[in-house]
Amino acid sequence: MSAAPAEVDLPRSADNPVSDKPWVTIVWNDPVNLMSYVTYVFQHVFGYPKKKATKLMLDVHHKGKAVVAAGAREAMERNVEILHGYGLWATVKQDK
Amino acid sequence: MEPFRSVRGGGARAWLAAAEASLLRSLVGQIMALVEPEESAVIIDPDPMGPAGPRDAAADAELAALEAMVHGPGSESPPEDPVLARLLPDGYRDDPDSAGEFRKYTEPALRSAKYQAAQEMLDTLPDEGGRIQLTADQALSWLKALNDVRLALGVRLGVTEEFEEQWSRLKPDNPQWTAYEVYAWLGAVQESLVQAMN
Repeated sequence: MSAAPAEVDLPRSADNPVSDKPWVTIVWNDPVNLMSYVTYVFQHVFGYPKKKATKLMLDVHHKGKAVVAAGAREAMERNVEILHGYGLWATVKQDK
Repeated sequence: MEPFRSVRGGGARAWLAAAEASLLRSLVGQIMALVEPEESAVIIDPDPMGPAGPRDAAADAELAALEAMVHGPGSESPPEDPVLARLLPDGYRDDPDSAGEFRKYTEPALRSAKYQAAQEMLDTLPDEGGRIQLTADQALSWLKALNDVRLALGVRLGVTEEFEEQWSRLKPDNPQWTAYEVYAWLGAVQESLVQAMN
């Protein structure tokens, strides 16, 4: 079972100093993934309550994408890797 | 098929006809052939310490790093096959350098993870069909592997949000008609498993 990504302070590298804006995990809309499955993955991977997971899923569905997590770059990359394991279409981006 | 239902204590059960089990085995086998690491068939034991205990993100990251070492860094370019490109997507948009770097260090482990989920599905899918009984962990592997099969088929068929209309426009003698039917059936199987796990 995957647990929610640990909220630990990751080491800051030269290209990710503390002064940087946080990074985000984005999930993009996809015609194949079931709405129920996407909601389930958000609950399971991030530990979000069903209500929040459903709202994020609907944002992805209606707006084409949604920010599902924010934080250090390394943590967002780990999220994306996990989400790719579930077949979700996810990317990392520096929040601007 | 009898759709998945939840079982007491977690997990799910279903019943599959022999033809349905055979179809699933064939489709999942095709995914394994696609995602199998290119260099070698070395698949390390995901849980060398024995029975699965609670996994955490740190252990997962450690395992990913270990697998990256086993496989060596992967390619920096996205796969040319659109199905494989969807199964192993870029981690960054509009930033080819970061996407390449991300792919180099994560793709080998992602291929391994998909291969293992598919293998676990095959291990819990009787050849002749019949009763399927899954633990919560096995159900998770089924969800991932079924989703990969649907993604692959969806890309090949060019499925959009208007899947039902696309399908209804086809005549039953169209060679793609059966593939649409299989795609719809796979969606129903996966949906029943998601509901059973909720």
